[in-house]
Amino acid sequence: MNTVSLIIAEVPYWGQSLLRVLGGLVAVLLPAGTIVYLFLFKMMSFMQSRLGPMEAGPYGSMQLFAEVGKWLQKEDIYPARADKFIFKLAPLIVLASTFLLVVVVPFGPDAWFTNFEAGIFYALAVSSISVLGILIAGWSSANKYSLLGGLRAAGQLIAYELPMVLAVIGVVIQAGTMNLQGIVLAQNSGSMFGFDGLGNPYVLTQFVGFVIFMISVQAELTQAPFDMPVAESELVSGYMTEYSGFRFLIFFIGEFATAGVFAMIASVLFLGGWAVPFSWFGWTTMDSVDNWMNLAGPLILFTKMMVIMFLVMWVRFSYPRLREDQLQRFAWKVLIPISLVNIMLTAILKVAF
Amino acid sequence: MFASDLLIAQNIGFFIIAALMVVGALRVVTTSNVVHAALWLVVVLAGAAAQYVLLAAEFVAVTQVLVYIGAVMVLFLFGTMLTRARIGAESDLNNKNWFVGLPVALTLLAAMLIALRDGFGNEKLPADAPLVSTQVLSDQIFGPYLLPFWALSFVLLAAVIGAIVLARRD
Repeated sequence: MNTVSLIIAEVPYWGQSLLRVLGGLVAVLLPAGTIVYLFLFKMMSFMQSRLGPMEAGPYGSMQLFAEVGKWLQKEDIYPARADKFIFKLAPLIVLASTFLLVVVVPFGPDAWFTNFEAGIFYALAVSSISVLGILIAGWSSANKYSLLGGLRAAGQLIAYELPMVLAVIGVVIQAGTMNLQGIVLAQNSGSMFGFDGLGNPYVLTQFVGFVIFMISVQAELTQAPFDMPVAESELVSGYMTEYSGFRFLIFFIGEFATAGVFAMIASVLFLGGWAVPFSWFGWTTMDSVDNWMNLAGPLILFTKMMVIMFLVMWVRFSYPRLREDQLQRFAWKVLIPISLVNIMLTAILKVAF
Repeated sequence: MFASDLLIAQNIGFFIIAALMVVGALRVVTTSNVVHAALWLVVVLAGAAAQYVLLAAEFVAVTQVLVYIGAVMVLFLFGTMLTRARIGAESDLNNKNWFVGLPVALTLLAAMLIALRDGFGNEKLPADAPLVSTQVLSDQIFGPYLLPFWALSFVLLAAVIGAIVLARRD
């Protein structure tokens, strides 16, 4: 059962699919827009002692629509020597990986797109498809800065995917399932030393994993201090250099929508996802959760996502860029060994208790 | 052309994906650009993942995407772009001894066909084939197939060490 069948008893399959597509669009675009306005426009400005956009709408809240309108009217140009088909395909691959990613995020007891058995594994797999888009974007632009940016991005994303997967394994061991809905259940119906008022959010028991996961997310999203692929002082803007107009817009949406979806996944893995601790309302299993959580769940998840995004953006605006060799050394010699030790400790504790 | 029980959604899906895979596989060897060949290979590998989904083996399908598309193909593209990947057609991609590969490919195909025929014959998946859960799969790998799994890990470890030895200058 899903939300759709709760609202309207009998919706035909095509209608359900259409509603799911619309729901997916909202789940991807709404967080992306909020993140860009709230953090990229306003928080960054306040941290730098300026006001940010103020003209479009109250406090510049319509600025994003103005920007999108501007990008959409621009002429669609591509370099004369570019590989035109691949050049046009690349941003779509990046965006497609974002939409594939949101499919497994649960928003409530019945509000999900798919309840995939291997949910988190699937999420990690499809998030790696975007590397392909970035690589061929850099290559097909026929520009050496673009190519360098694409290669840097690929090297960085491969290096940081490993600690991310390894950090998630700790959570999977503790929850005993790879299903994201199961991970939500395990956290909110759990207890810490017999005290169940907070459930058992894994940000406490898997704190090391949480830190490693957040660092890897920062690198996967190529946000500063890991923004070498688009380092504007060295590579113009990396793989995006030759893109303008709505193709640049697609990259831009892809970047912040992926940030939003990754923040949702992080809050599902470590903060308890859409749910509140089940003991508050006397729930014990997923079926006993009241139906109103299908409406409250997305809001709770959205709030937790904004908290995670605030951390990501805070780090982004605070630290200078790493050097390329420091970046690789940090991933391979610091993060991966720590996450391996974390897995071993988690496994031992899981067996011991 | 087909019996009515063959014209179900899964079979139609299978044929569409299979046709895409065949076209992709042919384009891998006939295209005149290295990067295009790699991207056609991505189409073939993604098609294989889709076929696994049709077989209700979701874990294998996801692994296919993670390992082949997310890692192997990215490394392929990374390697070719670092060394030689011009935009536009290249004329010297085909070696003049390419036909030597034909008998090898045909032998491999024959071996696989015989193995499939021998192993499964006319067996059919039950119409309500259950989803192969990750737990069942891992119980198999870490139970009866533990020794082959270990052996494979050692082969991979040897390959990694070999690569490091080759890459080191001193």
